[in-house]
Amino acid sequence: MSAPVLRVENLVKTYGQGDARVRALRGVSMDIAQGDYVAIMGASGSGKSTLMNILGCLDIPSSGRYLIDGTDVGGLDEHQLAILRNRKIGFVFQSFNLIPRMSALANVELPLTYGGVGAAERRRRAMEALEQVGLADRVHHEPNELSGGQQQRVAVARALVTSPALLLADEPTGNLDTHATGDVLAILDGLSKEGSTIVLITHEDDVAAHTGRVIRLVDGQITEDVRR
Amino acid sequence: MNQLEILRFALRGLLANKLRSFLTTLGILIGVAAVILLVAVGEGSSRSITENIQRLGANTLTISPQFSGGGGGGGGAGGAGGPRAQARTLTLEDAKALTDRAQAPSVRSVSPVVTAGQAAATYQGASHDVQQLVGTYPSYFEATNKPVARGAYFFNDDVVNARKVAVIGQTVATELFGDEDPVGRPLALSGVPFTVVGVLKASGSSGGQDADDVVIAPLPAVRQSLTGFGSLGSIVVQATGSGATTTAQAEITAILNQRHGVTGTRTADFRILNQATLQETVSAATGTFTVLLAAVAAISLLVGGVGITNIMLVTVTERTREIGIRKAIGAPRSAILGQFLLEATLLSLVGGLAGVAVAFAGTRFTIAGIEPVLVPSSVALALGVSVGIGLFFGSYPANRAAKLRPIQALRHE
Repeated sequence: MSAPVLRVENLVKTYGQGDARVRALRGVSMDIAQGDYVAIMGASGSGKSTLMNILGCLDIPSSGRYLIDGTDVGGLDEHQLAILRNRKIGFVFQSFNLIPRMSALANVELPLTYGGVGAAERRRRAMEALEQVGLADRVHHEPNELSGGQQQRVAVARALVTSPALLLADEPTGNLDTHATGDVLAILDGLSKEGSTIVLITHEDDVAAHTGRVIRLVDGQITEDVRR
Repeated sequence: MNQLEILRFALRGLLANKLRSFLTTLGILIGVAAVILLVAVGEGSSRSITENIQRLGANTLTISPQFSGGGGGGGGAGGAGGPRAQARTLTLEDAKALTDRAQAPSVRSVSPVVTAGQAAATYQGASHDVQQLVGTYPSYFEATNKPVARGAYFFNDDVVNARKVAVIGQTVATELFGDEDPVGRPLALSGVPFTVVGVLKASGSSGGQDADDVVIAPLPAVRQSLTGFGSLGSIVVQATGSGATTTAQAEITAILNQRHGVTGTRTADFRILNQATLQETVSAATGTFTVLLAAVAAISLLVGGVGITNIMLVTVTERTREIGIRKAIGAPRSAILGQFLLEATLLSLVGGLAGVAVAFAGTRFTIAGIEPVLVPSSVALALGVSVGIGLFFGSYPANRAAKLRPIQALRHE
């Protein structure tokens, strides 16, 4: 088996000071290998969102090591982190987080723009990604002209357009109806079959059922790690 | 990350809020236009004043008698304040002494002047009260910058022979002769017959006095028939060049001091008005005036700059979430900084350019009787300052945006 895409060792995250101190993560260690399709499950307050933010390099752990594609994230400065987020990670949020007043195409092109890809290449890859999520006919619509499910599919296209090493999805179906949930999960399933490494957070068992590995978090610690 | 892309983001950001961008731009526009326009008005007024002074004659010194001082005229002989001899008036001999090449090498011409205020001029029943009747030498015309439009000056010969000829101003010409050509026609001044030989070019009114309401005749003729052989009203001296006015003034002072017996403790009984120093004083005053105007305008520019900071801060707060998204998908700090800095600079640059356009249009009109004169350096300065203001006042909000932690920005509602 090749080197893990993602390795965390004894990750701890605490918020606040003194009595108000909250320990969101209390020593989490895990490896995620190339091609894994992982669901992180847990009740609200179990620390799963905190873990996700750290994995997405949006937040910094209080202690512990975090390696992505063999690179120790702890040693990177802000600029390098930005590059890492841009190249290695694709993030799908629960609330879509598309930029308003920008067309779907422009939203999908955005990571490539920050990555310094030329205009023609950018457009081609963005179109490809949008096609992949089945929105080739909606490229010039702005987010407010799209349904929730369509917005989330645009967000998925934006996450995968850079061909990241890791696709992180934070409750991607949390704001969607059953039909749209099915659409989005089908896309993720397809990506997984093509070999993408996907980590998604959910508290719904039927979403977790799509994945090949379920990690359960309780009070900031891993209590269960099951492969199927 | 391409600079052009950052520019596109900035433009898109500005266009998303058109009204707000427009109003912010307006602040800078008003500031820049005010700076350029007010400086132009200051410059215009300064030039028109300088022109007015120059119209009085270039490089000229006007000597006039001065009777005020310690003695208070002739009576108070016992006054300890200023012991001085009986104040002497200016005489033709004084004027002649000034033409001495050896003692006054900087003097080019000397024109003794007598004036008779208010003389009634009549021609074939038409009558006009002339404001200023001047008796002098032909050099007066050049010294005081009074060219003729029609006819000619009178000559030294006319002076020597005390011929009753006169050069009249434009106002006198129209009042008395209407459309007729006055040259060669008779003109009665307080009943004394003169012949018109020339008409002066119109020079316009200055300081409420109509400079064209004037009759100029040879000195002896005026003295004989109108004023009598008393003292001179003044002596107009033209210096040899613009650099020589100060030396000429010193030479004249020396000669007149000697002739009038003015020594150390005695107060001079004449004063010399130097056109050049007058001009210097006036331009210093108008310079201050222009600076004052510019300062007021600069404050409005500054206020515009604060407006930019304000609106950019609002924008950054409003778009915190967007900044978070951009950061989450890998926007480096420099791209965020660049985008917001560019937005601020674009606002001020567009405002500045529009301000320059407004100012260019504005200077085509006469403002408060002054024709504004565009000063190119003020345009460059105002434009430069407005861009600088965008950079300076935009840097704080832009920095705040760039420094946002992605996770905090994303959680912002």
